[in-house]
Amino acid sequence: MKRVGAISLKTAEWIGLLVVALLFVFPFLWMASTAFKTMPEVRQFPPSLLPESWEWSNFVRAWESGPFLMYTVNSIVVAVGILVLQFLTAVPAAYAFARYRFPGRSLLFGLVLVVLMIPGQVIFLPIYVQLSGWGLVNTLWSLIIPYAASAFGIFLLRQAFMQVPDEVIEAARLDNASEWRIMWTIMVPMAKPVLVTFGLFSFIYHWNDYFWPLIMTNSDEVRTLPIGISSLHMSDGGTLWNVMMAGNMILILPILVIFFVAQRHIIKAFVYQSK
Amino acid sequence: MRKAATAHELPGTGQVQAKAAGMPVAWLELATRLRPYLYLAPAMICFLLFFFYPIGSIIYLSFLDWSLINLEEMEWVGLQNYRDLLADQDFRQVLGNTAVFTVATVGIGLTLSFLLALWLNKKAKVYGIIQATVFSPHIISLVSVSMLWMWLMDPQFGLLNAALEAVGLPGYTWLADPKSSLLSLIIVSIWKGVGYNTLIFIAGLQSIPGDIYEAAALDQSPWWRTLVRITIPMLSPTIFFLLIINTISSFQVFDTIAIMTQGGPINSTNMLVYYIYEQGMDFYNGGLAASASVILLILVGILTALHFLFMSRRVHYR
Repeated sequence: MKRVGAISLKTAEWIGLLVVALLFVFPFLWMASTAFKTMPEVRQFPPSLLPESWEWSNFVRAWESGPFLMYTVNSIVVAVGILVLQFLTAVPAAYAFARYRFPGRSLLFGLVLVVLMIPGQVIFLPIYVQLSGWGLVNTLWSLIIPYAASAFGIFLLRQAFMQVPDEVIEAARLDNASEWRIMWTIMVPMAKPVLVTFGLFSFIYHWNDYFWPLIMTNSDEVRTLPIGISSLHMSDGGTLWNVMMAGNMILILPILVIFFVAQRHIIKAFVYQSK
Repeated sequence: MRKAATAHELPGTGQVQAKAAGMPVAWLELATRLRPYLYLAPAMICFLLFFFYPIGSIIYLSFLDWSLINLEEMEWVGLQNYRDLLADQDFRQVLGNTAVFTVATVGIGLTLSFLLALWLNKKAKVYGIIQATVFSPHIISLVSVSMLWMWLMDPQFGLLNAALEAVGLPGYTWLADPKSSLLSLIIVSIWKGVGYNTLIFIAGLQSIPGDIYEAAALDQSPWWRTLVRITIPMLSPTIFFLLIINTISSFQVFDTIAIMTQGGPINSTNMLVYYIYEQGMDFYNGGLAASASVILLILVGILTALHFLFMSRRVHYR
């Protein structure tokens, strides 16, 4: 009797796990399925699980409903531009915090932690006013430079730099390597896993970002993919759910591919925030 | 050069380098002392321009009457914006909506995440796969999550109503009904955030030393007592951290509103950041938007202060 009970408990747990997994995966599968359906099939009741015919044309329609190539290029330029700037500002800052003792160090590090906690949504208005005064609103610059330094990046890299053994640095100093060279040719390569982690976090965050480009831009030339995709549901005469879902697949796929390839790094990047 | 004069415990070997370069020792010493500040300068200038200055600026702007159309004309009006804000019926509703949304999202979301974490915190590979699956919505753009859920919640052709009808229940109007619209947004936010919270909880559970549980098992402590007496107290730093982080991000909710409801129907899903956006960017009422921003800043500031207070305590008692 006891054994039978144990087996059915195991089965119940498996069913439970399956239900939980479906709760989070099924909506995405449904998105994919809808993206390939014709509109009559989208409206059909009861809904069909898989499309009868695979309508690749939905993707073409989504892509051609606006300047999507331009949106994509802008998205890449912005996400990569931010990443490069954040790398260039975070490495020296993290090195200073990790490897030097100087007056004002804990105060300045405290300020970095404050930046880490308070979201941009609180202060977008004055930044808009400021950028508008410089004539930068509605340019790609307005999407990039407010993010040129990352508190999270400094925080992560500082921890990585602190873990580099002192002997490594002492040896380099005895070889007369300059501090600048030690930083870029010894510390940076040793912090590579953390750099990858942070790079993924930053790229995903800015690739997905909707709020900032919505605030700072109003013309297609400088808008990014999430804005373009969000305008898909404003078509007249009933929502074209199939085209809309196809468009969203274009936005999601690169991120899902990255997630499958670098799952462990990504999970670490997001969970790290709690440390 | 006051900063340099008080510097202490410098690493490095200024003398060695000075000899090598044939330069005066004192000069190099000074350069060495200034070095950390130079390294910090680029990042700190960015934070000054795009964080600390705007914080001062938003407080100042909240005392002015201004609009984004014409930034040349700004007039000092003292506390008038705050009076207008508190007199605005819509704003009171916005505060109420934000409070309900936050309490529900954080309360239900964290409870579900905690239970999931207790369940999924196991070694076998399946649990890792399920953890990754539950986490996956967290890295998807809120644009796609919002549009996907609009489709699922479509009253006529959506999957949720089809499922309800299949089991003989009446369909729901979800986003179109002011009674259920806020609840719909709460569901979407919980769905997106539960995986992240679960992973943080699991990381917390794994940091509890195993011998405590062994001792409890020796005492034949029942599972619920172990949970209440050991797991939850040991997890309290994680719980506190998640409460703060989730509350702050609930205050920030914007994308789902902008895409799914635009604050409607009849203001039922309008919340703080969306209100600020509408007032500032659509209605050109900069003063009102700025004073609402300051209120948000105060709320987030209090939470941040609590967080730091708690963190410093933790360090003390260790």
